[in-house]
Amino acid sequence: MIIENQKSISTIENDLLSSVNWSRNFKLWMGLLIVSLIVCLYFYFLQLRDGLSVTGLGDFVSWGLYISNFVFFVAASLIGMLITSVMGLLNIKWITPIARIAEILAIGFAMVAGLIIITDMGRPDRLHHVFMFGRVQSPIVWDIAIVITYVAISLMLYYIPLIPDIALCNKKLIGLSKFQRRIYKVLSFGWADKPEQFELIHKFSKILMVLIIPIAISIHTVTSWLFAMTLRAGWDSSIFGPYFVAGAFVAGCAAIIIAMYVFRTAFNLKDYITDMHFDKMGQLFVLVSLVYVYFNINEIIVPAYKLREGEATHLMSMLTGHNSFMFWLVQIGGLLIPFILLLFNKMRKPLPIMLISIVVLVAAWFKRYLIVVPIQEHPYMPIQNVPEKFMHYSPTTAEIAITVASFILFLIIVSFLAKLFPVIPVWEVKNELGHKNNS
Amino acid sequence: MSEENKNSSRRDFLQKLGVTGLGAIAASSALLSGCSSEKSEETKKVKLLTQDNKLVEVDSSQLSPVLSDEDKAYLQKKGREGLPGKKFVMVVDLQKCKNARKCMTACQNAHQLHPEQHHINVLEMRNETSGTSYYMPKTCQHCDNPPCVSVCPVDATFKRQDGIVLIDNERCIGCRFCIAACPYSARTFNWREPKDAEIHKNEAYDIELNVPQKKGTVTKCAFSADRLRDGKLPYCVSACPNGVYYFGDANEDLVTNGTTKKTVRLSELLKDNAAFTLMQELGTKPSVYYLPPRT
Repeated sequence: MIIENQKSISTIENDLLSSVNWSRNFKLWMGLLIVSLIVCLYFYFLQLRDGLSVTGLGDFVSWGLYISNFVFFVAASLIGMLITSVMGLLNIKWITPIARIAEILAIGFAMVAGLIIITDMGRPDRLHHVFMFGRVQSPIVWDIAIVITYVAISLMLYYIPLIPDIALCNKKLIGLSKFQRRIYKVLSFGWADKPEQFELIHKFSKILMVLIIPIAISIHTVTSWLFAMTLRAGWDSSIFGPYFVAGAFVAGCAAIIIAMYVFRTAFNLKDYITDMHFDKMGQLFVLVSLVYVYFNINEIIVPAYKLREGEATHLMSMLTGHNSFMFWLVQIGGLLIPFILLLFNKMRKPLPIMLISIVVLVAAWFKRYLIVVPIQEHPYMPIQNVPEKFMHYSPTTAEIAITVASFILFLIIVSFLAKLFPVIPVWEVKNELGHKNNS
Repeated sequence: MSEENKNSSRRDFLQKLGVTGLGAIAASSALLSGCSSEKSEETKKVKLLTQDNKLVEVDSSQLSPVLSDEDKAYLQKKGREGLPGKKFVMVVDLQKCKNARKCMTACQNAHQLHPEQHHINVLEMRNETSGTSYYMPKTCQHCDNPPCVSVCPVDATFKRQDGIVLIDNERCIGCRFCIAACPYSARTFNWREPKDAEIHKNEAYDIELNVPQKKGTVTKCAFSADRLRDGKLPYCVSACPNGVYYFGDANEDLVTNGTTKKTVRLSELLKDNAAFTLMQELGTKPSVYYLPPRT
């Protein structure tokens, strides 16, 4: 079922291990990423030197691009849990070749999310205060605790099923540097392909898969609570938790489809990540989008019907006011139309679904911006006696550069992991094949 | 008022200079005595005034400059505890406010704020239907159920026993969650280098006055906790020329008008004038009451 044309075990090994190398192209790509990262980090240096005044933030819109971006990264990281855990526990077989990609994305997004929140701090030099004086009442403390836990469990969920493949890398790959060989040797923990070792892996993976579900749901629920726990009209909503989680799956599905396409093309994995996988992912995408559309309707229609003071100003600015263009573009262009398109078989072929996913992912980013920023432009008290700059938020070059830096860092982490280890679980694919041959 | 402030800082300065000078004398005399002979230990006695106003005599060789760490710890402790048995309240008479803005100036001077940073902000409240407007001074409401305090991850902002909500800018990490959580937009941030940061660089941080301000931290109205400790009215209250503000202790049920210095019963003032609090429906329980404007 997984592999359309029959392949021998050694061909599979060769195919899947062929991406594990430091090719010229990869070095060029990494070089490009690192140079752009350094350029962007220069702006963070400016922010450290001059304070947050280098941003477009003010006393009213005091959370902007960084927090929107943080919410986006946390959202996208939930894909790891959806694919590996939920689908894995449901014993859905087709996810085998993409499960590791999902974990890589989860690790990348979650790790960088943790760093983004530091860039938003006025005093990053006092980060240790959170650990020294942390108060359990504060959703920020919950968020930090849960992000760290999620990264840790995602790393384990990535690493444990990887052990047999690391051993395989050590065994099969030739021309490795001494250092890399040592890394493989240490990380493979004396793996010897014994049945009891496989059993241990299955057992531990299962425990982690169960563990990560509540943690992944908490991570994004807590992120939504950063807003929902305040008294601000527009944030003060009891469906923010599930609304955010539903939105997270949409962003995550889009992210993994793009990643699947990129790896399939770059690593020549057409026989492993097949059209069937895109089709199935497309169906899952439709399902999660449907749930998200439902939450969007709830989130907007309920307050829009009543137009309570406070909420009314904010809603009208979204529906007809100065945020309306972005709002409708995101809701219709970035959610509704993709959802309808994906109902058709033809649109779930690799290229079209990848293009649709890019649109959805970009829209998902702007959706976070729309959740975070416009509400702060309409506080209960009038905004007076402050500079024009405080009235409306527009991000500065520095903010944009630092946000771009987060994406670059994400790409660095993902690219590095994808080249250091095989992106498709070799032993699991071999197992699937074995089952097929036996039956 | 600002004159007085200057005086007191000058006094502080002189005190510190004096102590440092004495320290230097002590150190040099110790050196000298070390050179000549070991027996001439009993040197001059110096009379000093302690923090609780006792006159004491100290051997000059025992003198050393005041440790700023101890200063800080002392200021921190008293700032976090607050004044026992008090419950400070403010009453703002909206009928009287003529937008003179003396309160805003006095506040910004005392707290070393940039012109765009407001601990107190006089807002023009427009009534769209009638086309009329009135002026409403808005400070921190010093809520009894403060949303800002709940969300602070590091206990930088806290509620004292006397009802005042303060911020410790040596603790604050600058996450601005409190700004997001405050429905009254009462808080402001040090986005850039604070005003006159160079001048105040070496001053010990006074948590009650919340100066010197620090870049990258939140700052807010402190109900002039430093003045209350001295039994004085807040900076804004005593600067008002129009009799807008009453300030006092709800436990005593007395408030004093900052302009007329007349003291009245709080409960009667509130009842007779149909006082209200801002956005009562949010359940924040403010300590600032408003007497309705004339419409």
